[in-house]
Amino acid sequence: MREVIGRVLPAPENFLSADKLENARKARRRFMGAALAMGAGVVTSAGAVSKALAADGEDAILKLPEHTTGLGQSVATDGYGKPSKWEANLQRRQSPGLTRVNQASVSFTPLQGLFGMLTPSGLHFERHHQGWWDIDPSNHRLMINGLVKRQRVFTMDDLMRLPSVSRIHFIECGANTATEWGNVAVPTVQYTHGMVSCSEFTGVLLSTLLEMCGADKKLGKYILAEGADGSSMTRTIAMDRAMDDCIVAWGMNGEMLRPENGYPLRLVVPGVQGVSWVKYLRRIEVGDQKYATKDEAVHYMDLMPDGLHRQFTSVQECKSVITTPSGGQTLLDMGYYNVTGLAWSGRGPIKRVDVSTDGGRNWRIARIDGTVLPKAMTRFNIDWVWDGKPAILQSRAIDSTGYVQPQINQLRALRGTRSVYHQNAIQSWLLSENGEVSNVQVY
Amino acid sequence: MNFPVHNTKIPAVRSAGDSRQGTFQGTLSVARQSQSHGLLSQVRRVAVLALACVAFSAFAQVKPWQSMGRDATPAEVKAWDIDVRPDFKGLPKGAGSVDRGAAVWEAQCTSCHGIFGESNEVFTPIIGGTTADDIKTGRVRGLLEGKSIAPQRTTVMKVATLSTLWDYINRAMPWNAPKSLSADEVFAVTAYLLNLADIVPADFTLSDKNIAEVQQRMPNRNGMVFYEPLWRTEGKGDVKNVACMKNCEVNETIHSSLPDFARDAHGNIAEQNRIIGPVRGADTMQPPPKGPVGSVALVKSVVVVAAATGGSADVKGLLSANACLACHGMKSKIVGPGFNEVVAKHKGRPDLEVYLLSKIKGGGVGVFGNMPMPAQPQLSDVDAKTMARWIAAGAL
Repeated sequence: MREVIGRVLPAPENFLSADKLENARKARRRFMGAALAMGAGVVTSAGAVSKALAADGEDAILKLPEHTTGLGQSVATDGYGKPSKWEANLQRRQSPGLTRVNQASVSFTPLQGLFGMLTPSGLHFERHHQGWWDIDPSNHRLMINGLVKRQRVFTMDDLMRLPSVSRIHFIECGANTATEWGNVAVPTVQYTHGMVSCSEFTGVLLSTLLEMCGADKKLGKYILAEGADGSSMTRTIAMDRAMDDCIVAWGMNGEMLRPENGYPLRLVVPGVQGVSWVKYLRRIEVGDQKYATKDEAVHYMDLMPDGLHRQFTSVQECKSVITTPSGGQTLLDMGYYNVTGLAWSGRGPIKRVDVSTDGGRNWRIARIDGTVLPKAMTRFNIDWVWDGKPAILQSRAIDSTGYVQPQINQLRALRGTRSVYHQNAIQSWLLSENGEVSNVQVY
Repeated sequence: MNFPVHNTKIPAVRSAGDSRQGTFQGTLSVARQSQSHGLLSQVRRVAVLALACVAFSAFAQVKPWQSMGRDATPAEVKAWDIDVRPDFKGLPKGAGSVDRGAAVWEAQCTSCHGIFGESNEVFTPIIGGTTADDIKTGRVRGLLEGKSIAPQRTTVMKVATLSTLWDYINRAMPWNAPKSLSADEVFAVTAYLLNLADIVPADFTLSDKNIAEVQQRMPNRNGMVFYEPLWRTEGKGDVKNVACMKNCEVNETIHSSLPDFARDAHGNIAEQNRIIGPVRGADTMQPPPKGPVGSVALVKSVVVVAAATGGSADVKGLLSANACLACHGMKSKIVGPGFNEVVAKHKGRPDLEVYLLSKIKGGGVGVFGNMPMPAQPQLSDVDAKTMARWIAAGAL
């Protein structure tokens, strides 16, 4: 009955016998030792390795499951859909011992399980200074005052009627990777790098609002952004920055901002550390001096070896990290891996990402297949075949200015080890023979 | 749009206001066609001029959104424009003594910051680590490596600008009732902190009149530098690496790794990774496998529905809305006991729910130390009962 259709032969059922399959698998796993070869060749490591075939084949195929033989659920069972229950392990998490008060704390994005360049809104990292709120948008106002011709007030209706833009940008906390300034302190990429996320933000350009109010751009060299929450977070931003690509945003990834991310209004300051992206934005003041607010004069400053603090450091410099395989993960087997990770720079688009699997001695250029945008996450991938020997994996990003992501010792040589902020060093992951990946420092 | 060029009416282009877009495209097609038809360059110049007119009118007279919003009233600006700058622009008139500050402090600030602002229990310490010499020089010597005289860097070691303290106390304190202090109280609390740091004497009264003088005694007033390359997003930073590709110089020493005892410090990583794909989370509840990859069977990956901070959604909302969580952690002492500690202490008490209800509504002191819990008269009986029942049931 086998007909030749063109030059393609239809694949016969069971073209490999179960025995042949088993032999092939044994050959591939020769290193796995006695445990595997025992019994009827049943691999007991459920979850890691697919179950051995019975004589006829795999139960997952031969025994039709309920979802194939029964009736599924109705539309709109859940008016706002949620991730599969099988994905529940990927959660925003706190790092134990990092903070003592949950309202002035951080939760980290599980970068180890994400794909592409965008962060799901529900997994966007959180940083609150005095707790989060779900603010009634109909009573939210934005005021613009200071060195302007007309001090103005806007409702959400007003703002959302204005010409809007939608742009993809990363947001990274200035203290992301802070734990690694000294020694290795945390196990996984979620905790080393999880205070970074990337979303599409929709809103009105801040320049549009400042022009509407007649901002004095000559005298008014700075703006102050202020939140409506208890901490009423404030940050100084240069006027030329404000007039460039800053967005007064209400949208995130096609829906309104999540409450934890500033609903109904937040400032987007592309390339600049997250603390400047003021949430629950209520006021913009135009002024002729920097403001030295609490988060500019007590925190978010870089302590240098000479005991001086660099104040108003803002930009998030070029950085990258391998997310799979990464710390705390364990590989299933030797053989092929698509090593993948994220790169970003506050100074522009990513130009190139290099990957090393021998602790930085030799490097290869990674593939960048997806979208490359300025001040946005860029996904990179590279083929690698693991031979089962210990390996140290690193990634190194280069941005459009030619800046090369530094090694931790190069950062320390200039800035010491006591700075909390702006740690953008190359991250090393040690893959041991047992398949486990761990966080190490190599340079 | 595909009309012959010789029929184009230039005046129609000029009166662009009404249907700008259509005219704009018309003009473009004029420009394109004028090339393909090989018409006089003059026609092209006119078309370009017309384009410029459109662009100009779009810029000058358009922006039809200009009238959105409304003017702010003076009272509105006053209500929200509360920031105080380093030159003290924005500082309201007022005054407060160290003594009055001590009274406000004891009532409203001690529970988080300690009596002397030195507590490291809830927040990092405000006071400590500065000397009389620092006040003279304006540089805190304790910020030099190995020279610190405090267990960690305190606020007063770092802050250079007194305005910052005033502004932040005024806008964000106390922790669970921000913006409830009067201007005089903010002056007073600031004076009290300055006295704790030996910046002003015990009989001092801080006011808008003398605050600029006190600024000249801030211990770290000369401790800041402005480094423009990391302020701007343009340009280059301070650290230079070179992208070597082959046989690069590396020291193969592993300089730092996670100590064995910290293997499970972040919980079981197996429960923090996807259950499919090329990798799993390592089972950090077990020691690392000894043999090569694959020699030890991985435990079956499980999905764990994380109880983020515990509690049913309803109760959590109530606890949050009534600022209970400012003082009570789910599983840890903050100012008062953690809910788990309350559960453990009263386990088996027959009248537990009623007892808890009275404590929640009426407050108390002495059961878990000397920090009083204030009464909560704002709580409805229904809400208080919900909370009491939840704690009595184990606070899960």
